[in-house]
Amino acid sequence: MTDIDLPATSAIPGQKRRRLPHEAVAGYLTISPWIVGFLVFTAFPFFASLYFSFTKYDVLSSPEWIGFENYQRLLTRDRLFPIALKNTLVYALMYVPLHIVTSLGIALLLNEAARAKGFFRTLFYLPAITPAIATAYLWVWILNPNDGLVNSTLRALSLPAPGWTVDPFWTKPTIVISQVWSMGAGMLMFLAALQGVPKDLYEAAKLDGAGKFERFRSVTLPLISGITFFVATVSTINALGVFTQGYVMFDKDGGPENSALFIVMYLFKRAFGSGYFQMGYASAIAWVLFLIILIITIAQFRLSKRWVYYEQGSD
Amino acid sequence: MAELVAQTTPAQREGSPEEIRKDAGPDKPSIRDQWPLYLTLFGFSALFSLPFAWLVLTSLKPPDEVFDNSWIPSQIVTGNYQDVFNVAPVWRWMLNTAIISVLAVISVVFSSSLVAYGFARIKFPGRSQLFALVISTYLLPGAVTLIPTFLIWNKLGAVNTIWPLWAGNLFGSAFYIFMLRQFMFTVPRDLTDAARVDGAGYFRIYWNIVLPLVRPALVAVAIFEFEAKWNDFMTPLIYLNSRDKYTLALGLASFKEQFKELGSQWAMLMAASVIFTIPMILLFFLFQRYFMEGVAHSGLKG
Repeated sequence: MTDIDLPATSAIPGQKRRRLPHEAVAGYLTISPWIVGFLVFTAFPFFASLYFSFTKYDVLSSPEWIGFENYQRLLTRDRLFPIALKNTLVYALMYVPLHIVTSLGIALLLNEAARAKGFFRTLFYLPAITPAIATAYLWVWILNPNDGLVNSTLRALSLPAPGWTVDPFWTKPTIVISQVWSMGAGMLMFLAALQGVPKDLYEAAKLDGAGKFERFRSVTLPLISGITFFVATVSTINALGVFTQGYVMFDKDGGPENSALFIVMYLFKRAFGSGYFQMGYASAIAWVLFLIILIITIAQFRLSKRWVYYEQGSD
Repeated sequence: MAELVAQTTPAQREGSPEEIRKDAGPDKPSIRDQWPLYLTLFGFSALFSLPFAWLVLTSLKPPDEVFDNSWIPSQIVTGNYQDVFNVAPVWRWMLNTAIISVLAVISVVFSSSLVAYGFARIKFPGRSQLFALVISTYLLPGAVTLIPTFLIWNKLGAVNTIWPLWAGNLFGSAFYIFMLRQFMFTVPRDLTDAARVDGAGYFRIYWNIVLPLVRPALVAVAIFEFEAKWNDFMTPLIYLNSRDKYTLALGLASFKEQFKELGSQWAMLMAASVIFTIPMILLFFLFQRYFMEGVAHSGLKG
């Protein structure tokens, strides 16, 4: 960042006249890297992909305007898109609540522990630092229907052994399990929030005769609702953009009966898959996904007014 | 969005988890007093650790014992690791990944901190509106900008080079800008005001006063970015197509088919996964404090 060389850095000692540049100029100069990046890598691509979504574009020849054709085809004639859309929504509906419940549950347990907290916290966090590809392979192996650890254990106990990676019903739960295993970041955020709940509130509730569950419901939950909302919003956006797990665990084609084909995987296939290069069509997929995420996020923000508690007078 | 994110840092005001733990004092209950809790914790932590143990164990088993599913192999072998290094240019991929990660880290730390400094410490018209824009880009799904971004790099002739994998970081990253700005608010105004009186310019204040004082936050940003780039799969998948330029993530993904043909697929895949994971484990244990507090206080990953 040395290219931003403000004249004031070479202030000559003893010189009384202030050589500071006008404050606003300095402000704009310091944020200029972001402004350039925003224009080139966010604003331009954002509008460009909207434009491409109304065109037929294969990179080699210039884009050809075709109006709503891409969207029409996508929503009415494409066989795979509705499958990918449904898979993505079902995955998010399974993953997000389970992620919140697991990471909050573990955080509550850790928060109660007076000793060895750091040790357990590390154990629960380790899966989160395992790279996504390694996590994907690990779970495909553990949940391998024939020889995997889970199914051989289930069989030994004479329990039914699901066809995790080969049965269309079980492919999404397989991914959900691998992702919930990596819940460490959510757990740490909840833990920090729980530690921020003032102890005297619990004492006051206790004096009022509130039991353990009542204290959790009327003290803990409202006071950590800000974090719960943050985790819910971000994990929803992440879940709707699921790509790597589906691509790696199910050999990029979407698994048995396309049960692990997600929107971003389908977008990727149309844009970069060999023989496709349908940049216009893929942009339309991106925009449908974007609108879905936007609607869900706005709904979450609206609903949050009802259940998220904001500290009065903070900041 | 601003109030949403503001809520993510309550513990920052209350002190770090470490301090709170010390405050618990000498009268804290022992493990025996809380035995039902510890039994539960032990059970759950076993559920979370066993898959990890299984990963390492499988990688150390003789290939013909992999399917036995026994927890105690007849012998511990390193052959799977040797096989991985023999069939694939793992060192080369590791070097590629390291180069990309280091470039990405250096550029994102300096650009994001400079931008954060501007937003935290300098007044200019439109500042809060522009900052709201920074935050909103954080919630923008990457899929929307994916294709035009590819076309930009394609136009620049940078496809199948490492440029698209790190150079975007030269322009700062929304989340890190937000996080560093929060930290810069904690730098005492008196310090920067005094420097101004002494004739230091804005850039010198940023470089000599603000940056050293927010060093823990810079370390956290560096770790997060290193981890993100080490893990990234989709970007190299889109931009890199010659095998000697692959990153570890991309190389590892290309393994699967190859290993299948070699017959000892799982043992080798697990060995390769361990190789891929070890640097992250090292990073984690070296910088555990920054890791934990960074994640806890900022909500990077959700």
